[in-house]
Amino acid sequence: MKRLIAFLLLVATAPWCMAASEYEPLDPVYINLSDTASLQRGARLFINYCLSCHSAAYMRYRRMAKDLDISEELLKENLMFAGDKPGDLMRTTMPAEYAKDWFGVVPPDLTLIARVRKPDWIYTYLRNFYLDDGSPSGWNNTLFQNVAMPHVLYGLQGSQRLVSNSSEGDGKRIFRLEKPGTMAPEEYDNAMRDLTNFLVYLGEPAKLERYLIGVFVMLFLGGLLVLSYLLKKEYWKELH
Amino acid sequence: MIRVLNWIDERFPVRKFWNEHLAEYYAPKNFNFWYYFGSLAILVFVLQIATGIFLTMHYKPSSEHAFASVEYIMRDVPWGWLLRYMHAVGASAFFVVIYLHMFRGLLYGSHRAPRELVWLLGCIIYVLLMAESFMGYLLPWGNLSYWGAQVIISLFTAIPWVGDALAEWLRGDFVVSDATLNRFFAFHVALIPLVLTGLVIIHILALHAVGSNNPDGIEIKKHKNEEGIPKDGIPFHPYYTVKDLFGAAVFLILFLGVVFFAPELFGLFLERANFEPANLLQTPSDIVPLWYFTPFYSILRAVTYPLFGIDAKFWGVICMGASIALLFFLPWLDRSPVKSIRYRGWMYKTALTLFVISFVILGYLGLKHPQDTDLILFSNLVWAQIFSFVYFGFFVLMPWYTKWDKNKPEPDRVTFK
Repeated sequence: MKRLIAFLLLVATAPWCMAASEYEPLDPVYINLSDTASLQRGARLFINYCLSCHSAAYMRYRRMAKDLDISEELLKENLMFAGDKPGDLMRTTMPAEYAKDWFGVVPPDLTLIARVRKPDWIYTYLRNFYLDDGSPSGWNNTLFQNVAMPHVLYGLQGSQRLVSNSSEGDGKRIFRLEKPGTMAPEEYDNAMRDLTNFLVYLGEPAKLERYLIGVFVMLFLGGLLVLSYLLKKEYWKELH
Repeated sequence: MIRVLNWIDERFPVRKFWNEHLAEYYAPKNFNFWYYFGSLAILVFVLQIATGIFLTMHYKPSSEHAFASVEYIMRDVPWGWLLRYMHAVGASAFFVVIYLHMFRGLLYGSHRAPRELVWLLGCIIYVLLMAESFMGYLLPWGNLSYWGAQVIISLFTAIPWVGDALAEWLRGDFVVSDATLNRFFAFHVALIPLVLTGLVIIHILALHAVGSNNPDGIEIKKHKNEEGIPKDGIPFHPYYTVKDLFGAAVFLILFLGVVFFAPELFGLFLERANFEPANLLQTPSDIVPLWYFTPFYSILRAVTYPLFGIDAKFWGVICMGASIALLFFLPWLDRSPVKSIRYRGWMYKTALTLFVISFVILGYLGLKHPQDTDLILFSNLVWAQIFSFVYFGFFVLMPWYTKWDKNKPEPDRVTFK
């Protein structure tokens, strides 16, 4: 038995040796999918700002509305493009050929972006756009150098310039706000947290129910475990 | 009920079948922890087939729709996410169970006479399982799936003269494409499961013909009572069916725990790069196979010397093939007079420990860049080369160290430890 435990420990510790990751200066974001109000605010930002160019073409409006407690009227009035039906997939209105002409690349679909990138990455990315006269769009991003995407949210955040980058010096990025936006910096950070929260939901809607169902399944299996153990003991009693 | 059974029995011997394989199949009474994994492998196999059938109802095997159809399953199909996670995590669980099942064989000498055929059939099942999971892995048509298949199929190009034509024939195209996806789908859902089912049945029939081994590695059939029943044997049903039921409950807690609470298992079971659709123009920064292939992938990459004017890649493929093929020869490489590790000397114990360590470390290194240094002192490549030698040493030197080993005497009857 001791040897068995030692063996299992050896095998179980192996994955932890793999947990180390390369250094990335990401700002941590608090994800909470039970915060429905945050998800709703994130959905509004996503549909108003992101969905014009990016699609979320694996997701249906109606599913989103149902999961986020949004009524059908509210959905139709505020969160859908004219002509779309609630059962439709969340496609962008921008034709891919135009997008390619304007940005040089087709903006990627964002349904699964939070499963491709870490939430911390998205949160940091959305807050790290800065003015760069050398780039075609006039914008750049510390996390994604020479990204084709302009800073769509600059009306909210305002425009900032990069004073020092993490790659040079003390590991801290410092921005200087040149022209404030409609949101104060903390307000903007909170809004980006909402948006990131929503993107995490969008990547896996099943996450909303998966954990709770999992708890019930575990309770059931716990009962099965006890019963099967007692049954085994009862049968094996007669053996010697 | 009895009359129905009698009616059937007169036409097909169900009672005889039930008795032969369950109610009057006598298994040694001293099975321990390691003897759960055979029945668990059957459980996972059944789960994979059951979830697979439902996935097939909603999945579309075409390069244009495959990725979207998987997301359709994850969102629009009721309980589709559960089916998909169970199937994906199930593939990894299958290998966990099978590796422990095979390790049990090495511990207690289950590959030795008279069970060589059981072992050989098991080896074929293992190889087919690798093919099954490799082909299934392409079906979601994620970018890592795509490039993984691209890399593995391109290994065939290392074969001199016919390599390129062979790879093209396997893909049905010059690159991995719709044609490849469709044939992989056909193999994954029809051909290989069919062959696997047959082989699993023969594996069990072959086992029941010779009888199960046990942690003492001695034959219980040597001591029979007046009725011809092994004295140390107990009927598989009900004793081991209720014991395996308990094992299944423990397994399901662990398995469904991963399915519900961490289906990606931190990127080890479902990788981030595979949530992007396949893209011929965008190679992922790290192309790594799934964890259960990485020991062999490490061996492939460890070979860096060209020999006889042939590319190192070819010799890498040969070594990778050999590392799996050697398993088939195990019953004849092992010359020890005893079977179980309990009665073997220090040489086999050391060799088996080194083998397990090399397998785990090679698996770890297979997930890493060869040039980097993730362990101490040497680069990953050097460590992979060192542990490849250890891996092969276990097999190649086995005829000698098992013969020279100082064994302990085997008991006459089974023991409990």
